[in-house]
Amino acid sequence: MKCLWCEDEISMDITWVNVFFPEPPKKLCPSCEPDLEPLKDSLCHRCSRKSDTSVCPDCERWEHHPMWKGVLSFNRSVFSYNSTLQGMIAKWKYRGDYVLREAFQEVSRTTFKQTFQQIAKEAILVPIPLSEERLYERGFNQAEAIADLLGHPFQQKLERIDGGKQSKKSRKDRITSENPFRVEGSINKPVILIDDIYTTGITVRHAAIRLKEVGCPTVYSFTLAR
Amino acid sequence: MFQKVFSSFQSLFNSSYDWIPTYTSQTSHQLDPSTSQLFAGKLLLRQDIPLDEQDFQALCTMDYFQPVQAIVKHQFRFTCRRCGNNKKTLFSEIPCSRCHQRHVYCRKCIEMGRVLACEPLYVWTGPTAEWERQETPCTWQGSLTNSQQQASDRITKAMVNGNEELMVWAVCGAGKTEMLFEGIAAAIAQGKRVCLATPRADVVRELLPRFQASFPETTMDGLYGGSEDKRGTAQLILATTHQLIRYAHAFDVVIIDEIDAFPYHGDPSLPFVTNRAAKRDASMIYLTATPRKQQKSRVQANKLATVFVPVRFHGHPLPAPKLHLCFSLQKQLKAAQLPEALLKWYRKRVNPKRQLLIFVPTIELAEKIVPTLAEKLSISSITSVHSSDPERETKVQQLRHKEIFVLVTTTILERGVTFPSVDVVVLDAGHRVFDEAALVQIAGRAGRSPDDPTGEVIFFHDGRTNAMVEAVQSIKAMNKKGRTVK
Ligand SMILES: [Zn+2]
Ligand SMILES: [Zn+2]
Ligand SMILES: [Zn+2]
Repeated sequence: MKCLWCEDEISMDITWVNVFFPEPPKKLCPSCEPDLEPLKDSLCHRCSRKSDTSVCPDCERWEHHPMWKGVLSFNRSVFSYNSTLQGMIAKWKYRGDYVLREAFQEVSRTTFKQTFQQIAKEAILVPIPLSEERLYERGFNQAEAIADLLGHPFQQKLERIDGGKQSKKSRKDRITSENPFRVEGSINKPVILIDDIYTTGITVRHAAIRLKEVGCPTVYSFTLAR
Repeated sequence: MFQKVFSSFQSLFNSSYDWIPTYTSQTSHQLDPSTSQLFAGKLLLRQDIPLDEQDFQALCTMDYFQPVQAIVKHQFRFTCRRCGNNKKTLFSEIPCSRCHQRHVYCRKCIEMGRVLACEPLYVWTGPTAEWERQETPCTWQGSLTNSQQQASDRITKAMVNGNEELMVWAVCGAGKTEMLFEGIAAAIAQGKRVCLATPRADVVRELLPRFQASFPETTMDGLYGGSEDKRGTAQLILATTHQLIRYAHAFDVVIIDEIDAFPYHGDPSLPFVTNRAAKRDASMIYLTATPRKQQKSRVQANKLATVFVPVRFHGHPLPAPKLHLCFSLQKQLKAAQLPEALLKWYRKRVNPKRQLLIFVPTIELAEKIVPTLAEKLSISSITSVHSSDPERETKVQQLRHKEIFVLVTTTILERGVTFPSVDVVVLDAGHRVFDEAALVQIAGRAGRSPDDPTGEVIFFHDGRTNAMVEAVQSIKAMNKKGRTVK
């Protein structure tokens, strides 16, 4: 096997343990793998960023805002968005090197399972959609690619709509038009939103608002990077 | 059909380019000649073609663009026709939202825009591009040495005749750029299109202003990763080899700088794209100071026409390396200690004003040995540099501007960089990274300036290798040849 990131050969030590209990083949070599930092200890309970307090200041702010309070139950991310992951996501998403997602698979699956094992039994996985133009450009939707890694069925319940000309709209229109998503039909199950990066948390919250408008009781999110 | 075979690359890559359409559309249609110049000799993804869909479709209908399959499969193997990649690990599958099917894409050339199996590459088959025929395009006023002049004449002949391969075997510091001017001028006078391909971006950056000054009326593009103008529509193109990924049968003259550094990292894409960029009847000029074994044996078998330039432009011979045996050298270096012989030599060297360039085999040793050198030689302005050093350019500049007195380096500075007055030391010259070519190139860093045309080159080793012996022999052989032509 070759390392997906640096192209070096990954040598496999054959021991009696792995002969009888084969591990899944490694996708990254021993020098690249440690550059990805799984988010593990002392995280904010709500957004899973590294934090000294159980809820970080950003999340405090979201939860004190009348409009956003309780919109998103919590977010779980897999890796810290460090410079290595930034490089890998850029090549994966913008250059379109689809196969790189496999480097994230193992840790993503375990993290997802640990966090959502119970919830996923009745929840629907919904990847954040791309606009048609972006989708054509990239050739794939990165959020769907992640959802597909997790081994759970997912449904595309959301649609991304074009903002249109901002200036011609009233203030009320503008506030609602800032939300780029639309939902068809109604939803009566919890939803786990899937996306590649949680930066400010605004995207998943916009999506959550739309889902709740059509009856969704609870919204969570799961992203690759935080 | 005549198919050109470049046997210098043969063992690496035996490719045929007969999938590239050669005909020209017979549709007659008034077209701005700059459109032909924009697309002629290019191999492009749709997204690289700056036309709206309507104009593009119109040109396709007239057969001015011809689609060719981008990724082909035969015998369980894929090949990317844009970069030549046929390694299994460098293809992957994508569930493509353009065509709604699952198919392969090329990972190798993805940095230059992704090649998908569902989309073709486009070749221009419209009206052929016409390039200006200037009578005297070159305004360079300098003069050539006898040896340079002989080479220049031979190069000119090859460029004018076409369909020729010529190797220019010129020592480090021979002044090869100036030897190309007459030939390029003659080619431009014939309305030919010329490309100079080099492995390194700094060479493009350095050569571009020199060419612009010497060919003021000729359209010219410098292409390298990160260069601003990527259209590459000029008559004279200076490019790093990677940039030729967008060309097919474009050039009447292709000059390949440092042909021996070519398959670097054993990357077969580079010869693949360079050969493809040449027209079928192109003149190929290979420049080298240190040809590889394979190239030398073609020369000896008279299978590759060669012209020698055995003297430097300032007329002085190449400094021949001295070998110095140090027992326990490995042990000392491991402990970050220096051989006594180095200190002894340093104290008594001929010209103590010269700066010092010290080559070591590994990054680790480069970093480790600096404090010891600083202490033992009592020098504070000393630092090390290696390939992944972000300050590499700055440090090279600092040495040039004499802000640094000693620079410890890995083989990355073996080529292309010129410092006016240095002595050169190789520590552990027996290490396998120092092959014959590397050692000759390293020795070639000394004595570059007419103001200080000599310099000491000293190899410290713990057992002489064939590479060392051959390097010394080949330098002496060139100097001998040089005495006869002067
Ligand atoms: Zn938080
Ligand atoms: Zn390719
Ligand atoms: Zn496709």
